[in-house]
Amino acid sequence: MTTDNRFSQELREERDEQQTGTLSEVITGPVSDWASDFSHAAPEWAADPFPIQDDLRQRCPVAHTERFGGAWLPTRYDDVASIAYDTERFSSRAIIISNFRPSLDLAPVGGSPPISSDPPFHHDARKLLLPAFTKTAISRYEESTRAYCNSLIDALDTSDEKGVVDAAQDYAKYIPMRVIGDMLGLPQQDTALFAQFVEAVLGTIDLPPEERGERLSPLFDYLYDQVRDHVDNPRNDLTTHLINAELYGQKLGPEHVVGTIVLLLIAGIDTTWSAIGASLWHLAGHPADRERLVASPDALSTAMEEFLRAYAPVTMARLVKEDMRFGDVDMKAEDWILLSFPAANRDPAHFDQADQVVIDRAANRHAAFGLGIHRCLGSHLARMELRVALEVWLSRIPEFSLADPSAVTWSTGQIRGPRALPLRIS
Amino acid sequence: MKVQIDSDRCQGHGRCYDLAPELFGADDDGYGQALGDGIVPPGQEQGARLAAANCPESAVIILEET
Repeated sequence: MTTDNRFSQELREERDEQQTGTLSEVITGPVSDWASDFSHAAPEWAADPFPIQDDLRQRCPVAHTERFGGAWLPTRYDDVASIAYDTERFSSRAIIISNFRPSLDLAPVGGSPPISSDPPFHHDARKLLLPAFTKTAISRYEESTRAYCNSLIDALDTSDEKGVVDAAQDYAKYIPMRVIGDMLGLPQQDTALFAQFVEAVLGTIDLPPEERGERLSPLFDYLYDQVRDHVDNPRNDLTTHLINAELYGQKLGPEHVVGTIVLLLIAGIDTTWSAIGASLWHLAGHPADRERLVASPDALSTAMEEFLRAYAPVTMARLVKEDMRFGDVDMKAEDWILLSFPAANRDPAHFDQADQVVIDRAANRHAAFGLGIHRCLGSHLARMELRVALEVWLSRIPEFSLADPSAVTWSTGQIRGPRALPLRIS
Repeated sequence: MKVQIDSDRCQGHGRCYDLAPELFGADDDGYGQALGDGIVPPGQEQGARLAAANCPESAVIILEET
């Protein structure tokens, strides 16, 4: 038996020097016109993107910006769907918009397969992961998730004499961190670290690449350490599964293994944290919906789908492969597409009362988990976590309200959810 | 009434087997499958329609008998 040295520090440092790509000019500052200068990094977008999206859908359904080296923003459901389905003309080589476009050589694998992969490689890489994320496979984690949610409620610090807790920081955030950490076989005492990693990946899109690299380096140091530990001590978890997995008769390259672990860790945390937080934010501000769910827990099945539709946390990106005509606009090769599933989900052409939260909505063909081949791999995990988190919260804390609506803050960028959510619980 | 899954469209969202587990199941990768021959027993038509109305990929096909 030969030693598995795919993950050695020496090999990693050699590869680090090979990272190439294209930089675009950094344009920041206030948005002048959302139709021609949009920025999803703008504070008004974070605070409330829906009026902006509704306005654009009416007057300029495929908006443009020169920022990030050029990007387009479709806001109609049909346009979002057609781009999501068109993997011939739109690449997933990078799915988070920044001023850095990774080298074309990175396709079809991309930096974090399979989300960054294009066909035909995409499906082969995805197939390695699908069985671990089926509804049945995920159901094994429900009991421990429920116990963990209860322990978070037990630990809430209610010493504040006003009875105020931060449901985003002290509850919603920890649930996906713990569950995905357990699935990957990462030590439970490291859970709090993961939030820093998420911030390093998603909160640094406007930084120059070298600085961004420095911010990301602790994440990769940590994961390479964890992977090496799993090579030495194999376990029944996703990390060992990826180390042993084979594609086309060969073990996966180290970038593939670690890139996928980064994906599972990051994509699983910010997103579900946002979904749980946005749902609690809605219920805190809508007492009739809250009382209804407390009285009729069965109504949660439609209510949570409606929260996913109305407050869809995830927007993805694509890169235009070649100059092309899309509807009334001319897209250029390497233009970004900001693929806004949240905007699609509020298109009145597809949803009655699209701008209203209707917790009994029976027909809800929303796109919160994406459309087409990149359907969120973790959707069954996210749904389980969201349902259990809301069930436990509503049964333990049936009465709660926004302590100070103006103190609620929302994350900026492609993943949107409450990051400060002070709730009065007594 | 009979139900089918269009496997070219299905991406494994699982809405069909969430909403109508008596009519749909999942394969080992989580893609939806009509159970048995897909014939909808009398009284279960509502589950079939609900599954179709909630599939993001419009992969649930309902064949109505006339």
